[in-house]
Amino acid sequence: MFYLLLITTFAQFAQNGTIKMAVLSLKRNKSEKGKPLASRQDRPFTSPIASAVVTVIAILWTIPTFGLLVTSFRGKEDIVSNGWWTSFTSLNYTLENFRAVLFQGSSTLGNQGMIPFAINSLAITIPAVVLSVGFGLLAAYALAWVPFRFSDQVFYGLFALQGVPLQLSLLPLLTFFSGGIQIAGHTVFPSLHIVGTFAAVWLPHVMFGLPLVTYLIHNFVSSLPRELLEAARVDGANHFEIFRRIVLPLSVPAIASIAIFQFLWIWNDLLVALVFAGGTDDVAPLTLHLANLGGSLGSAWENVAPAALVSIIIPLTVFFSLQRYFVRGLLAGSVKS
Amino acid sequence: MITWSSLFETSWPKIAQILLVLAIFFGFYGIAFAAGARVRGKSQNKLALVLFLGPAIVLALTGLGIPAVQTFIESFKNADSSKWVGFANYTRAAKDPDIRLAFFNTMLWIIVTPLITTSIGLALATMLNKMKREALAKSLIFMPMAISFVGGSLIWNLMYQFQEPTRPQTGLVGQIFMWLHLTPQHLLLWSPWNNFFLMVVYIWGTTGFGMVILSAAIKNIPADIEEAAQLDGASGFRLFRTITVPMVKTTIIVVLTTAMVGTLKLFDVIHTMTGGNFKTDVLSNRMFDEIFVYLNNGRGSALAVLIFLGVLPITYYNIRSIRAERNN
Repeated sequence: MFYLLLITTFAQFAQNGTIKMAVLSLKRNKSEKGKPLASRQDRPFTSPIASAVVTVIAILWTIPTFGLLVTSFRGKEDIVSNGWWTSFTSLNYTLENFRAVLFQGSSTLGNQGMIPFAINSLAITIPAVVLSVGFGLLAAYALAWVPFRFSDQVFYGLFALQGVPLQLSLLPLLTFFSGGIQIAGHTVFPSLHIVGTFAAVWLPHVMFGLPLVTYLIHNFVSSLPRELLEAARVDGANHFEIFRRIVLPLSVPAIASIAIFQFLWIWNDLLVALVFAGGTDDVAPLTLHLANLGGSLGSAWENVAPAALVSIIIPLTVFFSLQRYFVRGLLAGSVKS
Repeated sequence: MITWSSLFETSWPKIAQILLVLAIFFGFYGIAFAAGARVRGKSQNKLALVLFLGPAIVLALTGLGIPAVQTFIESFKNADSSKWVGFANYTRAAKDPDIRLAFFNTMLWIIVTPLITTSIGLALATMLNKMKREALAKSLIFMPMAISFVGGSLIWNLMYQFQEPTRPQTGLVGQIFMWLHLTPQHLLLWSPWNNFFLMVVYIWGTTGFGMVILSAAIKNIPADIEEAAQLDGASGFRLFRTITVPMVKTTIIVVLTTAMVGTLKLFDVIHTMTGGNFKTDVLSNRMFDEIFVYLNNGRGSALAVLIFLGVLPITYYNIRSIRAERNN
């Protein structure tokens, strides 16, 4: 049923040609390079073989997820006795697994079900996305439009930090969160005492995400027309007013696409949660709980499959409903204009 | 059994925390902007820098800059960071058979996966360009990008489930083995092939990224160039080789390097599917295990530094191209 919902949502968006729209908007920027193609339909060279190959690959790509979907609606006995693809002959499906995963719990799932972990995921993801995009936007404006002496150096420095794998900061940051900073026995910075709280998980996400977020938003903010900002300045507006009245409203599409990017990235993260959630269920997000379930239950698919499905339903919904922004954000970061 | 009241009981403090963080952030900047709007003259530049750029710099430095230096220092210390040991962590890592294997596997990943994802992505992008109704297929192939690697790993665990050949198969790959008259295998234990079965998960998860980006780039190729080549008699593979590939070369490099950095940091798939056992360990997972399982800070830090050194050339290349772009 979930899948049906997905398919309809997604067929709707397919019809609107959302990805195509993003691509077209990208093309508009580049039209001076050569005559851009108006649309696919104008192309005389469509190939049925290409269509067939792509269709087959698309189906192959979807089968694994589809298998998980079917499995999560099958009874325990059915799951262990035969493959999910054989279930289409008997059509013996049940919602029992979802009741266990969402509300009832089970001997293996614990008595909590998945909902508390989903709320943990939100409590990590929402602050992390808002703060990283918020601080990133402010910094991008400052780097693009506030002239100061080391502007270039700060820009390149921030960009270079993108190249630091987060593996490099896990241990020192964790030590910092639990024990502050000591130099030669003196406490230079006191402990933040946040280990085991949500802040200990979302704060690293903000820190790790900022260089990329700032860079992507900077790409956009720095391309705003100079005349517009100059005109506002001549009218007596200062940086705070220009930011609030001009830059912020104009950046909404860029912010949206980067926020979705960040949302998916943080929601889907495992490593940061594993290190900073402090090993307690109180702040563990869905991914962490799911990784533990997959490890400890191994083959208890009547629990693992619906749990996995629950965990991917939110990012998939975000993705399909906001696909246009998402793809645009992706392109902003990767295709050089 | 979870009741609504107990769920509410445990959830409201969490939701209150979310709202509190948002209130502090927006409250602070609300006041700052109201006050800042009154500041005139030269001092507004300084105030704007402190309030706009300050937090980002402080956060990025405490989160990435300073810890990176600390890890570098840690890598020259012993397991509990109490003594200096020089290059011992690095030399021991070079001799340790498990770490060498993790290193070797990482190299295998870096060479194989980016090539495959980029090739499939490029092939798909080219074929999508010749297709009429492409949006649906594109979305389906792109969909795994929205799924976590933990979720993806479980999806593929289900695909890879092992059953004895005499029993009905529950994993689709095992069933395909049966249809092909092969003996089903414990795919994740079957060294060294298990590395490739793990790669399948990563390739499945990330090919959509390359496809979308390359597809956009291919559509940017001016139509007249392609038409001219076609008038000259180029078609099919020749058109692809002489026009398409050279025209999107920069984008191919972007996709390749992104995939290389991604595989170098690869952790989730290995941690969820094999935990680095059965000879599938990679540097990133090994580094995590050294620090948080074996409690050897020094050696874990040394491995983190190795990962950093692997990413470094790509970072350098990126900074150079950004510089060139900005100076234009």
